[in-house]
Amino acid sequence: MIMKLAMAGLLATTVMAVVPAQAETLRLLTWGSYAPDELVKKFEEKYPDITVEVTFSNNEEMIAKLRATGGAGFDLAQPSHDRIYAVQQEYNIYKPLDLSKINTDVMQDKLLEGVKANTTIDGEVYAVPHQWGTSGLMANKTMAPDVKAWGDLCDPQYKGKTSMRLKRTILLGMAFDMGEDPFAAYADLDKYQSILDKVADKLIACKDNLKAYWKGGDDLSAMMMSGEIVASETWDSTAYKLYGENKDIVFVPPKTGALAWIDTFAIPRKGEADDAAYKWINFVLEPENVKIMSASTGAIAAVEGGKDLLPDDKKAAVNAAFTDADIDNLKFFANIPAGVEDMEGKTLEKIKAATGSE
Amino acid sequence: MMQKDIKRLSLILLFAPFALWIFLLIVLPHLGMFYISVREKVGPRMYEFGLGNYINFFAEPIYWNTLIRTGSMSLLVTALALLLGFPIAYYIAKIAGNRTRGALFLMCLIPLWVSDLIRAFGWILLLRETGIISSSLQWAGVINTPIEFLYNDAAVIMGLVYTVILFMIVPLVSTLDGMDNSMIEAGYNLGGNGPTVLRRIIIPYAMPGIVSGCIVVFMLTAGSYLTPILLGGKNSSWFTEQIYDQFITRYNWESGAAFGFLLLAFTSLVVWGGLKLSGQTLNSTVAKS
Repeated sequence: MIMKLAMAGLLATTVMAVVPAQAETLRLLTWGSYAPDELVKKFEEKYPDITVEVTFSNNEEMIAKLRATGGAGFDLAQPSHDRIYAVQQEYNIYKPLDLSKINTDVMQDKLLEGVKANTTIDGEVYAVPHQWGTSGLMANKTMAPDVKAWGDLCDPQYKGKTSMRLKRTILLGMAFDMGEDPFAAYADLDKYQSILDKVADKLIACKDNLKAYWKGGDDLSAMMMSGEIVASETWDSTAYKLYGENKDIVFVPPKTGALAWIDTFAIPRKGEADDAAYKWINFVLEPENVKIMSASTGAIAAVEGGKDLLPDDKKAAVNAAFTDADIDNLKFFANIPAGVEDMEGKTLEKIKAATGSE
Repeated sequence: MMQKDIKRLSLILLFAPFALWIFLLIVLPHLGMFYISVREKVGPRMYEFGLGNYINFFAEPIYWNTLIRTGSMSLLVTALALLLGFPIAYYIAKIAGNRTRGALFLMCLIPLWVSDLIRAFGWILLLRETGIISSSLQWAGVINTPIEFLYNDAAVIMGLVYTVILFMIVPLVSTLDGMDNSMIEAGYNLGGNGPTVLRRIIIPYAMPGIVSGCIVVFMLTAGSYLTPILLGGKNSSWFTEQIYDQFITRYNWESGAAFGFLLLAFTSLVVWGGLKLSGQTLNSTVAKS
């Protein structure tokens, strides 16, 4: 009896070990909502021999995960375009893309060229664009009609009713607001440090004006929907979602320009399912799939006419937020050179630790 | 002879899972962390041996201030948990009948059946400006404008006490349980009043439970991450957040690892100091209760 059980157990383990080897697994490391169930199901129907496993994360955690394993454990990652170049030089966690396997024709030229220029090392391209969006401001029009610039979050008339995320975005936004060009200063880190110091002083003085720092889309949404805050720094997609529920809450591109990011596709260095990864990239860029994706993420796909593929409510939100002039004014995040994360991290710590006037 | 060998073999076999667990999951990762913490980064993919990461910690007041802040708030949480937990434990162990005792214990356990995250969100729903407490106070006419109870240190302390109090109650109940009721009666018979009996008989007897509960609670609090992050406000820094930032946001594993060791050293020091002050040893407390 025991023998039989042991045999059965042995059989079971062998079977389990064999199955995944036959069917390929695509281990996707991406942002929350970037792999909607509907799309995953559709993909698995189209390619029955591929199973998709999704891990949701953010830029920093994606890089930390891949760094811990030297680029193993995942087959396709989606960091933002500014998180490829220095990270690759420092930690060597991605592998070059084979562009002939990617349907680059459908991608919007300007974004494709921009990402390629940002992520080419020794003539090899490490990433192609997937979706883009912006960070800017969100305001409740009825209660805070005058919020137009990053600095307005520190306007005393909204005391205790504004919020921001204490991350690098607000440092950069505030720097632009103070008439600096932080991206240009990346070339001269001493200059960048002096900008950061100025920004830190401003944000420490501003601390008293804030209700709290938001930490994720959920707590930001809750504070905004309940009216506890009237204006905040935000991701555009969060603002679009709230616009769907309350037409008074709109995304406001700051007058110095909304900060634009492009999330990309990059293949980890020890990825084991490159073909499946390329299939996924091409699959999600097909127009009907872009629609499903954009409905889930609220971001605009980096394909020609990407804006028109947004669902109607999101399109209305984008049109309510952006004029063509705003689009021209976008500031795309520049490549983060090595060392800048540390400088920014120190500045953020300084701001968090300052007790302000409380 | 044979018997002795069998005895030894069974001892080794019994000990093996524990030894493996300690070695593979505790010692080995710590050695790795220590190795990372004494590496100094001098350029891309270039490292040198050195104590720079530790020196940085002491050179930057923000870091050690946060550590001291975390330590003192954890001590406060420990004291509050003891203050609140002791009467509960005493009631469960000494006053409640056999049947109610199980039910009471269960009631203490129930909050642990949901995760930390859910419990933190529960507090958020209660405490926020448009939350249940603020709006019911308004409804009752106690206050006119909504009050924000969330995003401050008091909320953090309350959330932490709620999370850890069970770890105070359990060791206290088990030590108090072992105490003979006649000792308390004798105390009264000899003319002692309530406070005297508590101070001279019950507390000394319960000391091992108190100390081990305090150690566990302090360690859990100083190492907690979710509750301080979610309930804390603009100025509430917690040391574990600092470690997370070093590792994740700043890609600085070297200094994150050093911070991890400093936290370990600091909490160990506090525990050692506490044992010395209370005149207890690890053997007479944690190992006993």
